[in-house]
Amino acid sequence: MAAVEQQSKSLWQHAMGTLFRDKMAVVSIIIILFYVIMAALSATGIIVADWTEEVGPSYGPPSMDNWFGLDMFGRSVLAKTIKGTEVAMSVGLIASLLSLVIGVTLGAIAGYFGGRVDEFIVWFYTTFTSIPNIMLLVAITFISGKGLKAVILALGLTGWVGLCRLIRGEVMRHKDREYVHAASAIGAGNYRKLVRHILPNVTHIMIINFSLQFQIAIKSEVILSYLGLGVQGRPSWGIMIDDAKLELARGVWWQLAAATFAMAIVVLAFNILGDSLRDALDPKLKGK
Amino acid sequence: MNLYVYTLRRLLYIIPVLLGVCAIVFFLFSVVSPDPTLIMLGKHASVQQMEELRRELGLDRPWFIQYLDIVKSAFTFDFGRSWSTKQEISTMIKQGAIPSLTLSLPAFVISFVISITVSLMVAFYRGKFLDKIAVFGCVSMMSISSLAYILFGQWFFGYKLGWFEISGYDYGFPDFIPYVLLPILIWVILGLGPEVRFYRTVLLDEIYQDYVRTARAKGLGEHVILFKHVLKNALIPIITNLIISIPFLILGALLLESFFSIPGLGAMTLNAVNASDFPVIKAMTILTSVAYIIFSVITDICYTLVDPRVRLR
Repeated sequence: MAAVEQQSKSLWQHAMGTLFRDKMAVVSIIIILFYVIMAALSATGIIVADWTEEVGPSYGPPSMDNWFGLDMFGRSVLAKTIKGTEVAMSVGLIASLLSLVIGVTLGAIAGYFGGRVDEFIVWFYTTFTSIPNIMLLVAITFISGKGLKAVILALGLTGWVGLCRLIRGEVMRHKDREYVHAASAIGAGNYRKLVRHILPNVTHIMIINFSLQFQIAIKSEVILSYLGLGVQGRPSWGIMIDDAKLELARGVWWQLAAATFAMAIVVLAFNILGDSLRDALDPKLKGK
Repeated sequence: MNLYVYTLRRLLYIIPVLLGVCAIVFFLFSVVSPDPTLIMLGKHASVQQMEELRRELGLDRPWFIQYLDIVKSAFTFDFGRSWSTKQEISTMIKQGAIPSLTLSLPAFVISFVISITVSLMVAFYRGKFLDKIAVFGCVSMMSISSLAYILFGQWFFGYKLGWFEISGYDYGFPDFIPYVLLPILIWVILGLGPEVRFYRTVLLDEIYQDYVRTARAKGLGEHVILFKHVLKNALIPIITNLIISIPFLILGALLLESFFSIPGLGAMTLNAVNASDFPVIKAMTILTSVAYIIFSVITDICYTLVDPRVRLR
């Protein structure tokens, strides 16, 4: 009989195992993947390339041909909703990556080096949090000119503070652990200790935060669209919801419903995934 | 370090933070922003016109004078005049504060009472069916765009059912009430998801503590434990959270005010955004930041007073 090789699971294997046993998490991942694929297909023009086409009367209600009805120009709301995933996914992805990079860099530097550098960075983010987020969003979009880039920039530049604070605290706790001392004993420099040794131990915070930041960005895009600072010349869920303020009085509810529904599903998926990731990656928080 | 030294240091820290806020405001609106004279005069302005306007608005002065002006306004609350309405901004703020507060104060109180009641119930039935439904409900409610709530609420309750005023405002005590009822309702619904979720976490943090086990071991009932022991200890983070959200009441509910045409500070700010009225935007940013800084100091000091375990460093 062959010996049963019992290999112990690594932290990540263990976390993945927990995650994939969680049915809600798996469903969330599938939903998010579906949205990503839709966004990719629409961005490459494989589907809904003809969303500008007039397919029926202005404000045609939902029917067998057009499930989600038609908008003011007789365009299919379904096609617009799918086209809108493009904006939502790119805003979510790039903005949260941007805030991830800023938050981790500043947080790691502050936590690792301490002293003056730390004081400066703490002062900087204390100052930053004192200014209401909405004002910063408005100011940044305003300055960088309306459009997709401005929205991404504004959301990316405002979303890093929470992560920065968390990373700073974790790096501080890690920098005096034995494994870091061991690394310096074999001659590792600051950069190597920080990037190769400490940061891999705080990756879970980044992943959880990324998943939460993603949905915050998607939700904030709606507010910016309402303020007239959103993307221009292409459909987004924010613009569709904003359009509804003139439509509802005429009983046209389908554009609001379609965009809200599409958005709520993916935001919900990110929320649930975020919670499941926390359970899987941060065992200390289990059951809370 | 004793409490007085700590308080003093915490108070002194206000100064660098306030200077920082002013620096960010200055950077955003005076350094990197597009030329305001271009926005105000339009594309076809002559160079001379622009020069004149710049002088009139004081934009031709050296940068440190302009920065000092912002710093000064943070202490004196003298923000100058609005570019679009030409009114004194401090007067505009005083006028806008009342409608804002008639909406935000009752909404804040009602929202807190309802959320804390729901979260106590949820914490009592933790791990049971009701708890799971409530948690899922909170997350689902948080997943819907706030704009969708406002639009749907205004259309359904105001327009379709006709229960509430659709928009508008009246000054004076009983007259304003019909106009703020629906915004308050929507505010409470908007806050329910995130607040219940937060309070539930806070309560559960306490419920798994050792002293709760001790209380249970000596035979106390679940009700007594929850209300007398857990709630008392959980009050610290709950009150902190409450105090720190007060500054944001100044801005009121930007979206709610503008949707329901309530002439408060939030609506004023949004109008300023639409009109590129820099002085008003700057004034509101500074005002909210100052309030936030002051209230966070108050929270910190309260925290050390209430909880001796917080080490003063």
